[in-house]
Amino acid sequence: MGTKSSVFDMIGPVMIGPSSSHTAGVVRIARSSIKILGGIPDEALITFYNSFARTYEGHGSDLAILGGLLDMKTDDANIKKSFEKAKENGLKYTFKSIGNASVYHPNTIKLNLTRGDRKIEVIGESLGGGIINIAEVDGFHANFSAQSHTLIIKAQDISGAIAFISSVIAQEKTNIATMSVSRKGKHDLACHVIEMDSGLQPITIEYLKSLPWVKELIYIPDIDL
Amino acid sequence: MSYLFESFIGWKSYCEEKNMALYESVIEYEVTQKGKSESDIWKNLDKAYQVMKEAVETGLKDDMSSRSGMINNGAKKVYNHSQAVLSPEFQKLISRALAAKEVNSCMGRVVAAPTAGASGILPGTLYTLQEIHQLSDQKIFEGLLVGAGIALIIEQKASLAGAVGGCQAETGSAAAMASGAIVFCLGGSVDQIFNAVAITIQCMLGLVCDPVAGLVEVPCVVRNASAAAIAYSSAQISLAGVGAVIPVDECVEAMGEIGANMETKYKETALGGLAATLTGQEISKRVLIQDIEILPDEELPE
Ligand code: SF4
Repeated sequence: MGTKSSVFDMIGPVMIGPSSSHTAGVVRIARSSIKILGGIPDEALITFYNSFARTYEGHGSDLAILGGLLDMKTDDANIKKSFEKAKENGLKYTFKSIGNASVYHPNTIKLNLTRGDRKIEVIGESLGGGIINIAEVDGFHANFSAQSHTLIIKAQDISGAIAFISSVIAQEKTNIATMSVSRKGKHDLACHVIEMDSGLQPITIEYLKSLPWVKELIYIPDIDL
Repeated sequence: MSYLFESFIGWKSYCEEKNMALYESVIEYEVTQKGKSESDIWKNLDKAYQVMKEAVETGLKDDMSSRSGMINNGAKKVYNHSQAVLSPEFQKLISRALAAKEVNSCMGRVVAAPTAGASGILPGTLYTLQEIHQLSDQKIFEGLLVGAGIALIIEQKASLAGAVGGCQAETGSAAAMASGAIVFCLGGSVDQIFNAVAITIQCMLGLVCDPVAGLVEVPCVVRNASAAAIAYSSAQISLAGVGAVIPVDECVEAMGEIGANMETKYKETALGGLAATLTGQEISKRVLIQDIEILPDEELPE
């Protein structure tokens, strides 16, 4: 038996209907993505896969994803008005549906986001009950839930990097819940995804950023905060 | 160590031993297992009940039409209808359960209790109970805690998800929570509370999950109303001291057994039951997106 449910899983969560996997989960995928992007996008190409491909409109997942891209939380009553809010915020969007993508989870969304000259691609899965998995970021395997505090570090693939990063985090007495590394070819770029039980201090983040072999660092505090 | 909500019989003997009310053991569980403070728990219950009441009121006031067109302000029509089939209270109960659930279907704010699909049942029943019996908010919060304890046990012994156990797991569990809460709020004994849960489950057993077009609209909305009515009928039976014969733990086990043996097409897949009817399929064709690029079987992205 996994972790025990809370009383407020039984009486809760407070959420926007109709269903946790089609609204809450979708909002959370979008909010995680804008944390990676660094703000609300100017442009978004939103691809719904598999089961989502046919049902996203009926379940309002299109409104939910735009709401999340505009940084609305899962219980924000304005999600219903996301089309208007997107217009007000100058967010341009396109929806696309792709079925039969057998490598993906049934409820998968791909986001291609642009903000200024920054472009990112995020693939997220809505696993039910509002739980999500961010499967990929810019082609790297990420696999994090965004429920805890997450650190994404793209760095040169040098030896000792993993040990070094974990020792820096350990100095803050922060517990690492999960850590994964994926790379695109040997001695090329490696992507470290670290989920931690508690947050990091800004100074630690700055220090990691300043390391010469660290190319990019993204810090995502608990997205429900 | 707090009680871990493994069975109703265990819950009862734990509370007797510790000389605790049912709801107190639920608070103890949340404090010791989840590290919450008691004051936060009351605050969260207050928030949840506020949202529930707002959902009822919004559903009776604002426009509630869904994009599919299947939901079209039904709660308001019921609330304002000139003919009451039983009593004005019954009419209000039914319309309130419909209202909160319509809010859920129309992308409004609700409390998933225990799930989003069943989010009209506790609001409809408790709102009406408080109004008729002039109960304090505190009493309702305690009733919600009793309901949460009931759901924790059902979750462990059976399931709360339509995709796992069919609709009996969603609307059935919510009705069981509501019925137990009603009996508690009206001063029933622990046995009477659990008996109400048992009777409710007996009434809801076997219900399949067959949402038309896969949307949480038909039959979900009307099932929230009928589940609210069943919660009251079970409470009425139980408060009079009429027993369920089959003990509550065994009723929950039966629900788990039925859920485990239910075919996948009756578990939220929209492949069976109402979803598979001629009209159900027509609606599905109309509301589901047809402009979709289907990848060939072999060619995988990446
Ligand atoms: S039919 Fe299925 S989706 Fe609808 S309320 Fe029941 S369990 Fe939920």
